[in-house]
Amino acid sequence: MSTAILNQTAQQEVHGEAHHEHHHQETFITKYIFSQDHKMIAKQFLITGIIWAFIGGLFSVVFRLQLADPNATYPFLEDFLGHWAKGGKIQPEFYYALVTMHGTILVFFVLTAGLSGTFANFLIPLQIGARDMASPMLNMLSYWFFFLASVIMMSSLFVQTGPASGGWTIYPPLSALGEASSGSKIGMDLWLVSMAMFIVSSLLGGLNYITTILNMRTKGMSMTRMPLTIWALFFTAVLGVLSFPVLLSGAILLLFDRNLGTSFYLSDIVVAGKIMPNEGGSAILFQHLFWFLGHPEVYIILLPAMGMSSEILSVNSRKPIFGYMAMVGSLFAITILAFLVWAHHMFVTGLNPFLGSVFVLLTLLIAVPSAIKVFNWLTTLWRGNIRFTPAMMFAIGFVSLFISGGLTGIFLGNSALDIHLHDTYFVIAHFHIVMGVASFFGLYAGVYHWFPKMFGRHLNNTLSYVHFWITIVGAYLIFWPMHYEGLAGMPRRYYDFSNWESFKNFGGLNQFISIIALLVFAAQLLFVINFFYSIWKGRKVTTLNPWNANTLEWTTPIRPGHGNWPGDIPEVHRWPYDYAKDGKDFIPQNVPVGDDESKH
Amino acid sequence: MEKEVIKPKNKIHPHKFTLWVGIGSIVMMFAGLTSAYIVKRNQAGWVSYNLPTAFWYSTIVILLSSLTVHLAEKAFKVRQMSKYRKLMAATLLLGLIFIVTQVIGFNEFWKMGMTLQANVSFSFLYVIVGLHAVHVVGGVVAMIVMSLKAFSQKSRSYSIVPVQLISTYWHFVDILWVYLLIFLIMIK
Repeated sequence: MSTAILNQTAQQEVHGEAHHEHHHQETFITKYIFSQDHKMIAKQFLITGIIWAFIGGLFSVVFRLQLADPNATYPFLEDFLGHWAKGGKIQPEFYYALVTMHGTILVFFVLTAGLSGTFANFLIPLQIGARDMASPMLNMLSYWFFFLASVIMMSSLFVQTGPASGGWTIYPPLSALGEASSGSKIGMDLWLVSMAMFIVSSLLGGLNYITTILNMRTKGMSMTRMPLTIWALFFTAVLGVLSFPVLLSGAILLLFDRNLGTSFYLSDIVVAGKIMPNEGGSAILFQHLFWFLGHPEVYIILLPAMGMSSEILSVNSRKPIFGYMAMVGSLFAITILAFLVWAHHMFVTGLNPFLGSVFVLLTLLIAVPSAIKVFNWLTTLWRGNIRFTPAMMFAIGFVSLFISGGLTGIFLGNSALDIHLHDTYFVIAHFHIVMGVASFFGLYAGVYHWFPKMFGRHLNNTLSYVHFWITIVGAYLIFWPMHYEGLAGMPRRYYDFSNWESFKNFGGLNQFISIIALLVFAAQLLFVINFFYSIWKGRKVTTLNPWNANTLEWTTPIRPGHGNWPGDIPEVHRWPYDYAKDGKDFIPQNVPVGDDESKH
Repeated sequence: MEKEVIKPKNKIHPHKFTLWVGIGSIVMMFAGLTSAYIVKRNQAGWVSYNLPTAFWYSTIVILLSSLTVHLAEKAFKVRQMSKYRKLMAATLLLGLIFIVTQVIGFNEFWKMGMTLQANVSFSFLYVIVGLHAVHVVGGVVAMIVMSLKAFSQKSRSYSIVPVQLISTYWHFVDILWVYLLIFLIMIK
């Protein structure tokens, strides 16, 4: 009993502190730089993520130039890139650095930190009715570790031997031996140190998200009344907290191999005629440790997009989400299965075929919760009173891409087919559609939907629609043809396909893909312009609840201060999906249940 | 229509909860390392070894420190502050002795020819035991910060939460050590 009282007072202290800070005079530094306000931290994550997305996207444009015509020279590139583009020709080492960094940046810095860092920070306290995160301090540290990771990764781009270039999966021995390639030298060390910082950032963030969701919900906000965004962000955080440490241990062993002469991953290797002293290690061990994170990572990227799309589809269909509990259940099932399928990335490593078939079964099982989610999204849209806002367009686009990309996952999940398709453009097409572009659509949907809450202004609608149409059409035009290239056996990561008789005929197709990629990249600049212009010059938001949504973030002032609600935190009396109920268009969560109200 | 009843909840303090999730995360890290160890052990070139004797002293020391931190927490609860301070100081000292015995153990191991690079099995021992020691150092640093606060006249914190946090974490590194010890003895 006494501990209970102590706990309660402690909790009041936490709340009190957060509320108290609101009245402090905030300086530029405490408000915009070392801010402990979850909303500001979310914006910091978002803007850093946008900068990274620009860099990562630009890299893909440069390597698509190479793929479009392997023999072409682009003299202007030499001005920017120096010896990496001698005589305007992209060098092979540089090509590998580009694809490696493109993957690293987009997977970790944009779609992990930029996506869940932004929306977990922004939405969790606002949607569950809390003044801030459980520990605003850890939250601030989480951003600054990410910033540090960013600075280190950025600096690796400028070292003389170049950044890491052994692929974003950093398989040893390429990543473990400095002698292996120019990108295996200092660039690789910086990559590992940067990722260690990044993992610390993700863990601090994840700890906070889980604790906040489980402990800081407002009165009446039971778990089953939480918006699906929060459920998705919750499972994302659980995945991160349990899988990132395993990558960290893998990375530590790799650092030992690189710098202290151990042989965890190395055995019997000859580099340029020189026999390496390492013995007794196994490169496959690294793949196990890497993919134990690597596969959950796919869902760390995808789940927030699923959650936000669920919310946006319901709000803009003016209908309750179909099958709320099934949605939560399928998120849970995906989370569990995410930990049990990592070896499907390793079917060609000499894995025991029996073990392989177990992983095939578990992998194909993911189709079940995925199909439940797709069914529920479509039935939510069915006969809805749909408002095609830009956010809604992107959410529908997400569902489309998730279906297209998910179906090819069923191909790849079969070990028999995967032996043929492994490391071809079919894989590239699959994961770009289902994880890359789909999650980007979730990210865009989120930004378009919550921009008014973030900045108190609206984005320009025309630019938003142009952005949407070019992106969705472009994404399909880029990745659809890659399926055919992959089925024909065209391998990924190759610098020059014109050397092979069998792939020569794909020259025209590669050129087409590159042109579209350039256009799609340009369309993303429209978004960037729209985003930054609207922060300062966009149309001002004049109503508290511009989308007529039910969730709590729309009960805060148009530009909420630190502490979110000036008075008491609202109490919650219902689930967040009371749309089109009893003749009313929508009933926000904080409205008490009437005596004559029907059940949902 | 049922009227909703909002029950007051006996919630765990958010910082404590954060710690528990963090512990889960650390467990995953060691689970990753020890599974890698098991996989490696079944491959060619594995060399068995015996643990250095200093590690047995480490075990006694860390078990004792778990007891002192537990008693310190109890003393704090009943506001016996001088007893609490003595017990905290004892825990801190035992923590430092633990680190020293670990270093002695590593030395012993190294001198018997079992160096970091000699074989993967030894490399694993250094990494796994070393990472655990890093976690103990983290606890010692946290304890020093808290002790400085407790001894300073200016700030008198009477919240039990930080004490409970340290205590929980300390028991955790203790249990983790016992697990690693049994693991390294059983599977070598």
